[in-house]
Amino acid sequence: MRTFFLAFYLAIKEILRNKGRFLLVSLVIALITLLVLFIAALGEGLADGNRQYVANLDAQLVVFLEKSDYSISASRLDTNTIRAVRRVEGVADAGEIFTSTSEIVSLEEPLSISMLAAEPGKPGMPPTVEGRPFRGGEASEAVIDEGVALQSDIKVGDEIEIRSTQGTEDEFFFLKVVGLVPKQSYFFQPTIFVPQATWEKMRPQPAADLNDSTPYPNIIAVKLENPAQVELMKERLETQVTNIEVADIETTINNIPGYTAQQSTVQTQGAFTLLIGILVIGGFFQIQVLQKVPQIGVLKAIGSSNGAVGLASVIQIIITTAMGVGIGGGLTYLFSLSFPPTIPLAFDGTRSILAVIALLLIGPLGGMVSIIYAVRIEPLKALKLA
Amino acid sequence: MTNTALEVRNVIKTFNIEGGGTINAVDDVSFDVKSGEFVALVGPSGSGKTTMLSILAALLTPTDGEVLIDGKDLARLNERKRVKLRREKIGFTFQSNNLIPFLTAEENVNFMLRLNGKGNKAGRMRSAELLARLGLSDRLRNLPGQMSGGQQQRVAIARALIHNPALVLADEPTASLDTERAYQVVETFANLIHENERAGIMVTHDLRMCKYVDRVLKMQDGKLVKIIEDKEEIEKLARGE
Repeated sequence: MRTFFLAFYLAIKEILRNKGRFLLVSLVIALITLLVLFIAALGEGLADGNRQYVANLDAQLVVFLEKSDYSISASRLDTNTIRAVRRVEGVADAGEIFTSTSEIVSLEEPLSISMLAAEPGKPGMPPTVEGRPFRGGEASEAVIDEGVALQSDIKVGDEIEIRSTQGTEDEFFFLKVVGLVPKQSYFFQPTIFVPQATWEKMRPQPAADLNDSTPYPNIIAVKLENPAQVELMKERLETQVTNIEVADIETTINNIPGYTAQQSTVQTQGAFTLLIGILVIGGFFQIQVLQKVPQIGVLKAIGSSNGAVGLASVIQIIITTAMGVGIGGGLTYLFSLSFPPTIPLAFDGTRSILAVIALLLIGPLGGMVSIIYAVRIEPLKALKLA
Repeated sequence: MTNTALEVRNVIKTFNIEGGGTINAVDDVSFDVKSGEFVALVGPSGSGKTTMLSILAALLTPTDGEVLIDGKDLARLNERKRVKLRREKIGFTFQSNNLIPFLTAEENVNFMLRLNGKGNKAGRMRSAELLARLGLSDRLRNLPGQMSGGQQQRVAIARALIHNPALVLADEPTASLDTERAYQVVETFANLIHENERAGIMVTHDLRMCKYVDRVLKMQDGKLVKIIEDKEEIEKLARGE
């Protein structure tokens, strides 16, 4: 215990009497923190933009067309599939999901959106936080997500105009906004939800599809009676329902086009930034220790143990790193306030927390060499008595 | 001047030299130093006095022979016990870089007490008193960088003595001082050694500083070639006669 108090005393005194030097190191760590947190937030934001709707599904499994390789856009299910899925024992509920993209043109700047159809109250349709769900049939009603509201100022009760390319013509449709759901970004676009028949009428489609008014779902979201039986139910569904393949939510997300590649890129950037951080911090602390060789020699010669000298370095590194991460975190928060909502930054994810933990570790990791060096300093050589 | 604080018995320190072979930096040296006795270890460069001092400071293990500080044989102690012995039984001042640069004069002295678990209020008062005795009462809160070389050496002397060690070692304590300051520092050192009944050894190449010591040990080529105990002879040596 005495060793700890002695080390703490030395560490604190040195920091207090060399504020400028330690603040400089902390500021370097703060800049690295700023960079790492922004990369983490960008990764989280991009991931959210891509997967948010799928990740928020009130379901454990997703049914795709067989051999569609779990690709939502490549999957187009038969209209009877939903009934077959609902009949399978262990399925609590199931809902069809229809996906396409479109554009709201009743704004100063047209807004690209994901246009989804799902059945209110079923998996795939998020609950409204304002207004009401749309009516069924061909009702010209839409529920928008908070992303649309944020980017366009459209409110519940407004009318919006949708442009859709059908065959070779641009068609325009008017929808009344009746409800609002939480942010449900899909394919990096904010989302509107419409009834199935309305979706089929409005979706962009080639001329060949225009004669068929049957809406074919891309996927079916399946809610299980026992959410723990994912593997069992996946197998049961694939056995009892023909022409389908089933994936859990994580597999579905990982098969969203570009998702894995994009996340790998962002994670690699983050990892390299941390690695550079470790090297920079390591360099700083090593230079500090090299400058302190005679001082460490005196400490050891007058009876300080290696433990006290090493622990003092560890405490200094921890304090300096924590200060740097704190300053960096504060700067990141201030900078984030100035970014428009269209930039996909999300600071509330586990990724940011992991980044902070990793940042707190880079100091001790980077300083490891300098700590070992400090412990190994021989007082005889340090004091030039050898 | 009764108890023997330091006993050196037939100490040999051998180093391997580049290209093969060995050299005895200290060659069969024996001497005692009693409590309250101030001894100078002199000799030309390469005579082995610094190696001897390193052995006495428990920073270097002798190849052969015995070094007993307060009856404890250094050669028989493991590294942990040597560290403990250094902080409890030995006081040390060096040529330069003596003080911890981020501690004030008072903190530097009191640090020695902290090392020994006695860094309390009474310890701080003792540190302040000792520094005042050394003429540094107005420098208690000064960092080493804010003090002159002589003032720093006096702080180092206070640090070497504050924990009442059995043995106080000084390696060229006047090397970075002008003549006047050097005399002042060594005189103060000698007075405190005598008053506090500690055994003191000063390594110096400046024979003028021998005027304050009780005995001079002269080394050459690793051997102890001469012991001067006669006060008149010591004074002659100090005058360069």
